[in-house]
Amino acid sequence: MMLYDAGKIIAGLVIFAAFFTVPFWYGGGKTSEMPKLELTAQARQAGQCVEPKERMRQDHMQLLDDWRDAAVRDGNRTYTSSTGKSYTVSLQNTCMDCHSNKDKFCDRCHGYMGVSQLYCWDCHLDPTEEKTVWASTDGNS
Amino acid sequence: MKVLLPLFAVIALVVLAVVGVKGAHLNGLFGIVIPYAAFVIFLGGMIARVTGWARSPVPFKIPSTCGQQKSLPWIKADNLESPHNTAGVIGRMALEVLFFRSLFRNTQADYRGGDQKLTYGSEKFLWAAGLAFHWTFLYIFLRHLRFFLEPIPFFVPFLEGLDGLLQIGVPRLFMTDLVILAAVTFLVVRRLMLPQVRYISLPADYFPLFLILGIAISGILMRYFIKVDLVGVKALTMSLVTLSPRVPEGPIGSVFYVHLFLISVLFAYFPFSKLVHMGGVFLSPTRNQANNSREVRHVNPWNYPVKHFTYEEYEDEFREVMIGAGLPVDKQADTPAETAE
Ligand code: HEC
Ligand code: HEC
Ligand code: HEC
Repeated sequence: MMLYDAGKIIAGLVIFAAFFTVPFWYGGGKTSEMPKLELTAQARQAGQCVEPKERMRQDHMQLLDDWRDAAVRDGNRTYTSSTGKSYTVSLQNTCMDCHSNKDKFCDRCHGYMGVSQLYCWDCHLDPTEEKTVWASTDGNS
Repeated sequence: MKVLLPLFAVIALVVLAVVGVKGAHLNGLFGIVIPYAAFVIFLGGMIARVTGWARSPVPFKIPSTCGQQKSLPWIKADNLESPHNTAGVIGRMALEVLFFRSLFRNTQADYRGGDQKLTYGSEKFLWAAGLAFHWTFLYIFLRHLRFFLEPIPFFVPFLEGLDGLLQIGVPRLFMTDLVILAAVTFLVVRRLMLPQVRYISLPADYFPLFLILGIAISGILMRYFIKVDLVGVKALTMSLVTLSPRVPEGPIGSVFYVHLFLISVLFAYFPFSKLVHMGGVFLSPTRNQANNSREVRHVNPWNYPVKHFTYEEYEDEFREVMIGAGLPVDKQADTPAETAE
């Protein structure tokens, strides 16, 4: 029951174990909660999103993709949701109108989920920057 | 049979996870108990395997080399191909682990040309696919840290951004997803197509490939096709790593449980299969020894003290008899009293 090269073996095993257990000690034992998302007054008044919340949560990227294709390729700029309501197909004027607090809504969830910076705002107007975007040099968020 | 058995095993695992979660609602089992158990088996198993190897004596100096050994100063030695010191060993090992240098030399024998002559040719596809597979696996592994670390370290979004550089579709297509599928598919097809390789392939060779293919496919399905509640996923994973396990209330989606279950199986299977080469490569005596047997004597650790009987001792014992029989001796009998007589 002896280890040859015990020093090297133990050092190697310690590195191995440390690497694979990073998630367990990284947060220092704190439990983690998702940051609260804020709804704007306008959104709260509407009470619901374009589609039911569960669907939005999982599928909003898909919806945006479908909207983009509908508007840009088919020229179809009204969307009838599964709840029967009609919405204008527009990222800036529909989604970001209700969710104009982008930094406390979209960005907050994306930050927690580790979704890397959206490139949409390279072209589309980011509502939180509306006032400064012309004059500033750092137009992207 | 050698192919179908592992294929059906992986399919059975998928079915098991779907039935377990969708049918029997064993979310706690598949979301908490099995992942924890798999992780403990993985860590414990790897440590057991490595200490097992470390307990085995290495009787000989057996580095496999392909370069000039260090000997006389005017003979040019190749410290990378035939390392004679620790730096050389580390350099060679690093290149082996990071770039599969020995596989780069892979050759293949084949009947070529009109006269069907046996020819040996360089065969780089296995090296390329192997390298692509291992690196993308690492990349994807690191990318997944977004589900396990809070706050998310800077390099994770960077890796994600780089991976989605092409900005194809929403969510952005990750290039590594395509690369890993292509590479694993190549590795499977290679085993099936080349008769020699098919002949030596065992279920234990196919099973990890199918398992990893299943993991990749379920992950890709989740990202692009059958969406799951990622917020719920992160709630679950974070609760696991903060040791306060809790299955989130809302449904997450059964594809996620399939993905998690297959990964758990991979982790638990890891230490007891060929996959253990992750640790084993560092302990292979043909690679981790320095080729310095002319400088340092390698003592076989299982040598036991041998009882010697040297010639001097032999002569000492039989000197008189030898002299008496007229045999030559190295040392004359030193009993002057006797000779004087
Ligand atoms: C290269 C610049 C550019 C980028 C980047 C870009 N878009 Fe667009 N997008 C456009 C243009 C131009 C239109 C057409 C506007 C119109 O016809 O009203 C458009 C239209 C759309 C529309 C429908 C019409 C509207 O007014 O909103 C949606 C939805 C949309 N984009 C979503 C996205 C999303 C989501 C992203 C990020 C994943 C994105 N876009 C990135 C340029 C861009
Ligand atoms: C009429 C106002 C309104 C519009 C327009 C709107 N939303 Fe919403 N959105 C809401 C409300 C209100 C909620 C919260 C729903 C709830 O809690 O049930 C919500 C929820 C969401 C959620 C889920 C948040 C969570 O907690 O999981 C996402 C994601 C989302 N919206 C994205 C979008 C996108 C993308 C668009 C454009 C396609 C959009 N919303 C358009 C009002 C709106
Ligand atoms: C409840 C959390 C949540 C909220 C709120 C949310 N998102 Fe997302 N979003 C996600 C997640 C998670 C992903 C990543 C999906 C993946 O990685 O497969 C994502 C991805 C996206 C993508 C695709 C990103 C890519 O890499 O291609 C777009 C575009 C997007 N979200 C737009 C929005 C917009 C616009 C809003 C605000 C109106 C918003 N999201 C609010 C969770 C959220």
